[in-house]
Amino acid sequence: MLYDIFVDPFVQMYQMPDFFLQVLWEGFVAGILYALIALGFVLIFKASGVFNFAQGIMVVFAGLTLVGLHENGVPAYLALILTIGVMAVLAYGIERIVMRPLVNQPDIILLMATIGLTYFLIGFGELIFGGEPKRMITEELGLPTGSTAFEFGERGLVILQHIDIAAAVIAILMVGALAVFFNKTRIGRALRAVADDHQAALSVGISLNQIWAIVWFAAGLVALATGIMWGARSDVSFALEIIAFKALPVLILGGFTSIPGAIIGGLIIGFGEKIAELYWGGLVGGGIESWFAYIIALIFLLFRPQGLFGEKIIERV
Amino acid sequence: MKHLKTWACATALAVGVTAGAVAPQPAQAQDTNYVPLLTYRTGPFAGSGIHIANGMNDYLQMLNERDGGIGGVPIAIEECETSYNAQKGVECYEATKGKGALVYNPYSTGITLQLIPKASVDKIPVLSMGYGLSAAAVGDVFPWVFNVPVTYWDGASVVINYIADQEGGLDSLSGKKIGYIFLDAGYGREPIPLLEQLAEKHGFELLQYPVPANQMQNQSSQWLNVRRDRPDYMIMWGWGAMNPTAIKEAVKIRYPMDKFIGVWWSAGEDDAAAGGQDAAGYKALNFSGVGMDFPALQDIKTLVVDAGKTQTDPASIGTTLYNRGVLNSVIIAEGIRTAQELTGKKVITGEDMRVGLEALNLTQERLAEIGLAGFAHPMKVTCEDHAGSHPVFIQEWDGERFVKVTDWIEPMTDVVRPLLEAAAADYAEKNAPWPERTEACAQ
Repeated sequence: MLYDIFVDPFVQMYQMPDFFLQVLWEGFVAGILYALIALGFVLIFKASGVFNFAQGIMVVFAGLTLVGLHENGVPAYLALILTIGVMAVLAYGIERIVMRPLVNQPDIILLMATIGLTYFLIGFGELIFGGEPKRMITEELGLPTGSTAFEFGERGLVILQHIDIAAAVIAILMVGALAVFFNKTRIGRALRAVADDHQAALSVGISLNQIWAIVWFAAGLVALATGIMWGARSDVSFALEIIAFKALPVLILGGFTSIPGAIIGGLIIGFGEKIAELYWGGLVGGGIESWFAYIIALIFLLFRPQGLFGEKIIERV
Repeated sequence: MKHLKTWACATALAVGVTAGAVAPQPAQAQDTNYVPLLTYRTGPFAGSGIHIANGMNDYLQMLNERDGGIGGVPIAIEECETSYNAQKGVECYEATKGKGALVYNPYSTGITLQLIPKASVDKIPVLSMGYGLSAAAVGDVFPWVFNVPVTYWDGASVVINYIADQEGGLDSLSGKKIGYIFLDAGYGREPIPLLEQLAEKHGFELLQYPVPANQMQNQSSQWLNVRRDRPDYMIMWGWGAMNPTAIKEAVKIRYPMDKFIGVWWSAGEDDAAAGGQDAAGYKALNFSGVGMDFPALQDIKTLVVDAGKTQTDPASIGTTLYNRGVLNSVIIAEGIRTAQELTGKKVITGEDMRVGLEALNLTQERLAEIGLAGFAHPMKVTCEDHAGSHPVFIQEWDGERFVKVTDWIEPMTDVVRPLLEAAAADYAEKNAPWPERTEACAQ
């Protein structure tokens, strides 16, 4: 037993280096995708202190809008632009109808509002698009398909899916763009001010409503990118909504307010769960991936309760 | 004043909604036979559930339109949305059983397991066509449950039989590795006891790859395990979003698709199409016809779909899962017809329906008579055997459509039946006091 836990996994890694590399690659891709989902949560939490329960359904809604428009004869790129427009309208609507009337309400009320929003979007989405899964228009959007295999030793093979490479590139570009937006633009700085202190931001003339609409729109764009990438890996369906909750341990780990935290957290969870499942999962019958991510997050919490990059909150009496 | 108005509106709305939700539904008219359909058009399993729901609904609708129902009595059809959720399924059951329900089709092994103990109490049979509890085939223990035409255990034995054929006989299975990827729920776990027995008997290694329901679209770990273990064959018990993802992942790791075999619930065109041309060679069990070259399906198209009396997309008529739903309703309809003949009543009860299902004898001639010649293998239910262990065939994805590639393959009845009887006895013991069968055999 001790051999199976402490020795055999490392022997396997040494004996099958191609497989180990494949596991690392899959962990990296999963991590990037988790990070993308976590980014959506972080954006909204930073600006409003709300845990956006609806982020998962926003991923599905954005993906379905894109595919649905294309199915109705709209060319792929125009459908993409229109979907961005729909996400903008949705962001404005959420700010106007859900968020604005709840300003200054306790956080739990805002959380409940996003839960309500989730169920509204599920019902509304099913009403418009139906409940059937839809194929993502990967090729029509010019995204690469297929794979490249690298020979490794005599029998070794490392297979890289082109769509996974594209996902990694898009996620990195998106994070870069968000970093520039937050740090270098006037709206970005205003957004950080709102995140630090709502009332102070209001007192210097920053429009809370405008900032919230912008941040929900940014989260909508992240949701669209996530929907395209996850949809390309399987299908766009309402089952994807559950995947969004894979971001929870990422957030616990990285901190709810940190964009770099979401990325690093996503990668740690992605690598961690794949390696654990593939090399240690068999000892308990497999299927440990779904809860192992939380174990990693909880271990980190023991040492850094605010997460890797979260803000340490000290309340003095 | 403004607040008062808001409160008044909210209260009025709440009262209205509540009244709507709990208002007594009109009782079914005395001259109809009431068939509730537990379906799911929403949720993670809707991709499979919609086709089944449409097929079931449309065939019964067609009988109403064409023949005025069955035996001159219209069928009152009512769908109840379960989202493949056992709790909602039971709620649907409780909400509809008082309306004179004749039979329940849970379309979920989880819901079926919940309804089995209720069936004998409420005197309403459960028809779990090709799913649910395999041991329910033993009619002496489960007089109120029917899983005709075949159980999961029969299906698993057919796959092993087929693999043995490819390898040169059952003796050749020794030393082989057979992988089993399954939805980690009651449904996917159901055939494991049989597969384990067969693995022990024939000397192959059974490798299990569970897929949790919340990970259906995130299967890369399971398939990396498959890549490392290099099983000689893969068997899949998937449903909903699990199927297309699994097929895509199999393509991704370059698993030989001709050695990948799904159960009849992993046989949807949409599932295989996710892998496109690269998925060519993928196989699945089936027991219902493919295509729409059947007079009954033409009637459905003309009288129901083209007439705008359904939500069905015309392109889905004739697909595997749609036709499976049709076959389900054929069994319901023939059960009602048989019950009418045996009891002499036109409007029947759940108890009559049980008698009708237990005497079901769907011959090839009868299938031809109802416009479905060759649509299914003839099937017969007896008081002892509520599944019948009927043969199934294998279809193969050619990159665009499924093509039937084998003749009907018999399950290993000699192995499966004793195991079913043992499992039924075990179920009764664990659920003691399980009621003794008191229902007379009408055959």
